[in-house]
Amino acid sequence: MAGAGGGGNDIQWCFSQVKGAVDDDVAEADIISTVEFNHSGELLATGDKGGRVVIFQQEQENKTKSHSRGEYNVYSTFQSHEPEFDYLKSLEIEEKINKIRWLPQKNAAQFLLSTNDKTIKLWKISERDKRPEGYNLKEEDGRYRDPTTVTTLRVPVFRPMDLMVEASPRRIFANAHTYHINSISINSDYETYLSADDLRINLWHLEITDRSFNIVDIKPANMEELTEVITATEFHPNSCSTFVYSSSKGTIRLCDMRASALCDRHSKLFEEPEDPSNRSFFSEIISSISDVKFSHSGRYMMTRDYLSVKIWDLNMENRPVETYQVHEYLRSKLCSLYENDCIFDKFECCWNGSDSVVMTGSYNNFFRMFDRNTKRDITLEASRENNKPRTVLKPRKVCASGKRKKDEISVDSLDFNKKILHTAWHPKENIIAVATTNNLYIFQDKVN
Amino acid sequence: MSAESPEPASAEEQKEMEDKVISPEKVEEAKLKARYPHLGQKPGGSDFLRKRLQKGQKYFDSGDYNMAKAKMKNKQLPTATPDKTEVTGDHIPTPQDLPQRKPSLVASKLAG
Repeated sequence: MAGAGGGGNDIQWCFSQVKGAVDDDVAEADIISTVEFNHSGELLATGDKGGRVVIFQQEQENKTKSHSRGEYNVYSTFQSHEPEFDYLKSLEIEEKINKIRWLPQKNAAQFLLSTNDKTIKLWKISERDKRPEGYNLKEEDGRYRDPTTVTTLRVPVFRPMDLMVEASPRRIFANAHTYHINSISINSDYETYLSADDLRINLWHLEITDRSFNIVDIKPANMEELTEVITATEFHPNSCSTFVYSSSKGTIRLCDMRASALCDRHSKLFEEPEDPSNRSFFSEIISSISDVKFSHSGRYMMTRDYLSVKIWDLNMENRPVETYQVHEYLRSKLCSLYENDCIFDKFECCWNGSDSVVMTGSYNNFFRMFDRNTKRDITLEASRENNKPRTVLKPRKVCASGKRKKDEISVDSLDFNKKILHTAWHPKENIIAVATTNNLYIFQDKVN
Repeated sequence: MSAESPEPASAEEQKEMEDKVISPEKVEEAKLKARYPHLGQKPGGSDFLRKRLQKGQKYFDSGDYNMAKAKMKNKQLPTATPDKTEVTGDHIPTPQDLPQRKPSLVASKLAG
């Protein structure tokens, strides 16, 4: 069971809420493509293939409902990106939201960056709970009054109104990426951010939309020589000149922007040596890193490749300090997983607030948690079958081979269309958001 | 267990058996190569990366389209077979062939 750390008590995860349609017929637009808590955990944003963003807000803790934390309810929803067609390059630009990243809150409004394959947008989400009334030249419904009918003057006043949450695009950062944007990451200076596509990483200033600095370029002079692409990038949580990027070959490069303007030469290269005798056709594909995340402390980083999660100490480049097998039983299914393209699925991973537990998704709507201290792991399922609030989730087990025990599921019965690619952990509490194809599940630890 | 078999063959067989025991990956690789003998020599190499970089490409040449339309004013334009997913080559695409990319005006079901 995934441990909470303090007191040695294992966490018991309970179903809290599920969002989204029940029907099995999933419209492509409804496929969830990203999930992200904001810095306080009060807001939870999702992006989907249809270019829409939905933001949930945790309701204030209710003193009478002491057995559970606040529920997440819809706060705002808007169309972030729309499909485009680049006629010059004959390229269809999907509206799918690849990533959402929140800015830390500076004033009453909330800000987030959302990106599709080509364009990043800064959205401002603000509340309006008052409106001005008593204009002299306008009627209450907005129509202008004939000035000659005005006989007295009054001072307009603000009157309370039903809360309205408005989302407006404040900046549009476009035309900087030839290839498809896979990551964005906000710097700890809260002024700049990175965006990465398959071959290049750009540095932007949040206030400036008409230019960005290219800081990494791995495009070969001859595209025939292309062997590696960038798969993810992230700024260090504390050091504003440090960032990492991962590759399709399973390496991670750490770069320091103080070293030079173009960070093509890495400061550190993290790579686990491979036994050449074990190499197969699949080796490189399954070593491709689909996600990289720094720990909150900044001391470690976690990478996700097809079959495992690895924790790296930034001070040690030659191998990870911890490796966790997510679904090793898939190693003997690689042929079919290649044929149905599942081998190219990009799973994400996340840390809990104290960096003691890590979580990632798998197939059959299973997700896994690994406790770094107790070395115990657990497999849970996101399913509507367990949807009574405060029902503790039952651990799941996959039977790799041999005799299947009761309650175990065999590898061949796994549904590879039910994949959990996106998960998020509340920054402070034991609340997690798990996205299945088109539903968002929220689980909490049992509060007694 | 046959004492008659020549030394090198049984050593090879043993290694093969070892491989099967040690590496399920190699078993899977053999399966794949059996099904697709012409699969790229370079494992997971440039071909697959280039395909990844080209995602989203659709071909529509308005010049070709308009020329063809002018030439065949009264004739029916050759249209794609219904199940064709890629519009390229000597088939002259029409706007109907290109999938309609309408913005999503429906609210997300997560907000429902």
